[in-house]
Amino acid sequence: MKKEEALALHLADNNLILGQRLAEWCGHGPVLEEDIALSNMALDYIGQATLLFKHVAETSGDAKTEDDWAFLRDAWDYKNFLALELPNGDYAFTIARQYLYSEWYNLYLIELSKSNNTFLQEFALKSVKEVRYHLQHGRDWVLRMGDGTEESHARIQKAVNDIWSYTGEWFIPNTNDTDISATGICPNVESLHQTWMENVQATLNEATLQMPVSGWMHKGGREGKHTEHLGHLLSELQFVQRAYPNSKW
Amino acid sequence: MNYTIQEIWEFLKEVEDPEIPVLNVVEMGIVRDVQLEDNKVIVLITPTYSGCPAMHAIEQDVREMLVEMHIEDFDVKTILSPAWTTDWMTDEARVKLEEYGIAPPQKGSADKNLLMGKLRDVRCPRCKSSHTAMVSQFGSTACKSLYKCEDCKEPFDYFKCI
Repeated sequence: MKKEEALALHLADNNLILGQRLAEWCGHGPVLEEDIALSNMALDYIGQATLLFKHVAETSGDAKTEDDWAFLRDAWDYKNFLALELPNGDYAFTIARQYLYSEWYNLYLIELSKSNNTFLQEFALKSVKEVRYHLQHGRDWVLRMGDGTEESHARIQKAVNDIWSYTGEWFIPNTNDTDISATGICPNVESLHQTWMENVQATLNEATLQMPVSGWMHKGGREGKHTEHLGHLLSELQFVQRAYPNSKW
Repeated sequence: MNYTIQEIWEFLKEVEDPEIPVLNVVEMGIVRDVQLEDNKVIVLITPTYSGCPAMHAIEQDVREMLVEMHIEDFDVKTILSPAWTTDWMTDEARVKLEEYGIAPPQKGSADKNLLMGKLRDVRCPRCKSSHTAMVSQFGSTACKSLYKCEDCKEPFDYFKCI
């Protein structure tokens, strides 16, 4: 597999897994508007995953289809970030993840839109328009909860603290990507860290929240070393294809 | 194949957007180009949002329209670039949207103020008041936000800029 394709699969897996998590909120949102908002974002992520899986299926030359990539792999074959597979928790946890990840993904896509790989560049330009809305939504809710009631403040602070140790791997260069970032195909994730920290610090300040103290960071998602939660997520995501192999819509 | 490219464009104007049936896929800016290669018709379409579920229906409807016109040799291809923007929506389409009850997108989607939350006035499609408020950035479909009118008190959809 080419390195561009491995990167596309990583991005696709991030989108698919977070999309699946957000879709779990459908029908369970704290208020109707948020139920709809999270379902909309889930749709954006799954749509972006589809574009990426389709591209890999078309270019890789093996017989796999986009559905094979999405539905017929085992947990260790997925290369998504660990943060995205964690259970939704309460609404504060979902929002904390959503905000912190959207800050990362937005910066990543802005850089990826300068890629000299035509597909990745076009994908980034398309997706960044959607992710800007996700970022605005996440940021608004962090402010609202942080600068809200005692209860909401405590919950969002705990959520930010809890997710924090899963953000470190977003900025660790992967050996696959190091080679292709040198040739201008993808961004070097290390270079995003400072801006991300500044943006997050500004939002947390405004929300009257404390920035967590950086400590030990989880890693391994990109290498396929996952938390126990991914298998459970996949058992639901893949149920139809496992129970009724090769079924189609 | 006995049609000109212009005639094929006219056929495609008969294809409605499945979510917003007052608009056709040409005025939505979804059909990007019609090309003739020898005798093969190639229709290029682009998705509005990556995950828009209507895209499958739209592609199918375009195919059916071509079959109905007895065009046998054709291909419908999806392209991503340039990325779809609400700026491509024609003025005529904006009028139709408002008459249908959806506030049309403001022009200039690249306007950063708009994206960063400083919203300009969105006019209520029902009573035309600009005294309106956003209820949620995300609405009944990926392309719409939910608004309410502070004067006539009706909720309405706003086709958001992208």
